[in-house]
Amino acid sequence: MERIKDRKNNTKRYAIDLIVNGDPYTVVVKANALLVNVLRDQLGLTGTKKGCELGDCGSCTVLLDGKPVDSCLILALEAEGHAITTIEGVAESSELDVVQQAFIDHGAVQCGYCTPGMILSAKALLKSNPHPTERDVREAIAGNLCRCTGYVNIVKAVLAAGASGEGERHD
Amino acid sequence: MYLPDFEYYSPSTLREACLTLARLKGGAKVLAGGTDLLTDMKNGVIAPLALVSLKGIPAIRKIAYVPGKGVVIGACATQNDLVNSPVLQERYPSICGTAHAMANNQIRNRGTAGGNLVSAVPSADLPPILIALKANVTLAGPEATRTVLLEEFFLAPRRSVITAQEILSEIILPDQETTRSAYLKFGLRRSGALAVVGVAASVEATNGHVDDVRIVLGAVAPTPIRALGAEQLLKGQHVTEALLEDVGRTAADECKPISDIRGSDEYRRDMVRVFTKRALRKALNMTVTDETEVTR
Repeated sequence: MERIKDRKNNTKRYAIDLIVNGDPYTVVVKANALLVNVLRDQLGLTGTKKGCELGDCGSCTVLLDGKPVDSCLILALEAEGHAITTIEGVAESSELDVVQQAFIDHGAVQCGYCTPGMILSAKALLKSNPHPTERDVREAIAGNLCRCTGYVNIVKAVLAAGASGEGERHD
Repeated sequence: MYLPDFEYYSPSTLREACLTLARLKGGAKVLAGGTDLLTDMKNGVIAPLALVSLKGIPAIRKIAYVPGKGVVIGACATQNDLVNSPVLQERYPSICGTAHAMANNQIRNRGTAGGNLVSAVPSADLPPILIALKANVTLAGPEATRTVLLEEFFLAPRRSVITAQEILSEIILPDQETTRSAYLKFGLRRSGALAVVGVAASVEATNGHVDDVRIVLGAVAPTPIRALGAEQLLKGQHVTEALLEDVGRTAADECKPISDIRGSDEYRRDMVRVFTKRALRKALNMTVTDETEVTR
């Protein structure tokens, strides 16, 4: 982390190195920059959504070292040195990831706003628990609010991705 | 929602962090998980001039058993660290259950054990169970380090004995004869809900005879409180359903709840009666009518 002084405004800025979806980025941020805003506005990764911005809705969920976190409650400075995964990094090639495809197949997407966060929470779950029960799935997505689907099809999609052996691919 | 401007410090030792806090003379806040602090800053509740981050001090994130001292929980252990800690799963599974009942997965991956104490919110989940288990907290300052009984840590909503130059560095659970402990949280939802009532109980018992008991109530007073009268009623007695009912009633009489959006004072009081009984039954390994940690 390199400190840069902005002479005009007398505000400190920092050059930080972020690793997002495996790609290294160097960005210049103020101390109060939130990870979600840096991802969206500076890196152009707008798949990560902003909802409540207070850690309740989960639409800004990203994976930090594989664990789901709310990127609206993390300073960009604090994310330095951690591997960040956003929805843009879920598909490994031009083909959709199994979880993404399962969401389509089961009609788990309506307005789509919660979907990136839902999928990242599901990915983290399937990695640690490749064959989750319905209870495990509901628990894992409890921090992701959906106002359209009533969760039923989302749960079905994640269970189907689990049944297809999705989680085991990464073990 | 944006954060106001602040200076950012990321010291690499606890001492350096305390010295930084001392130098900033109360204008700084300690940043651990940020799940309370950053929301308060976004909401304009506070606007500190500086944040002193603890992320560069990995030593205070460990959870370990230290012979002669007890189980030591580093203040920066996240709530999910508590859930997954083999040491806690073996010795105090009630703490794992309590942490699991907090917030949601995303928040539990960031929110810390120490933060849940220092925020001193009356409905916080960790204080009741930790007080029931006789926890001490270590407060590191620029000059000296002191140890405070967690029971004596809280002063009022959002106020505790910690000074602006101090950092809560660890939580210590001394070796003790606990038969079992339990924390039952009554929230309006299973996830992401604050406790309407939280009851922790730690019991030392032999064949249904209670040698010692601690009952701690959360969310029903300005700070977590012990239900001392209820404890006295149970201590030295043989447990019966009728006695547990009396103990529950006494605990309900002892609490001082307020009415708010989550429940009226009257309702909270009655839930203290019910959940005190259930927490004791669970700690005593009796048939529990509701097996879940969180009830709705």
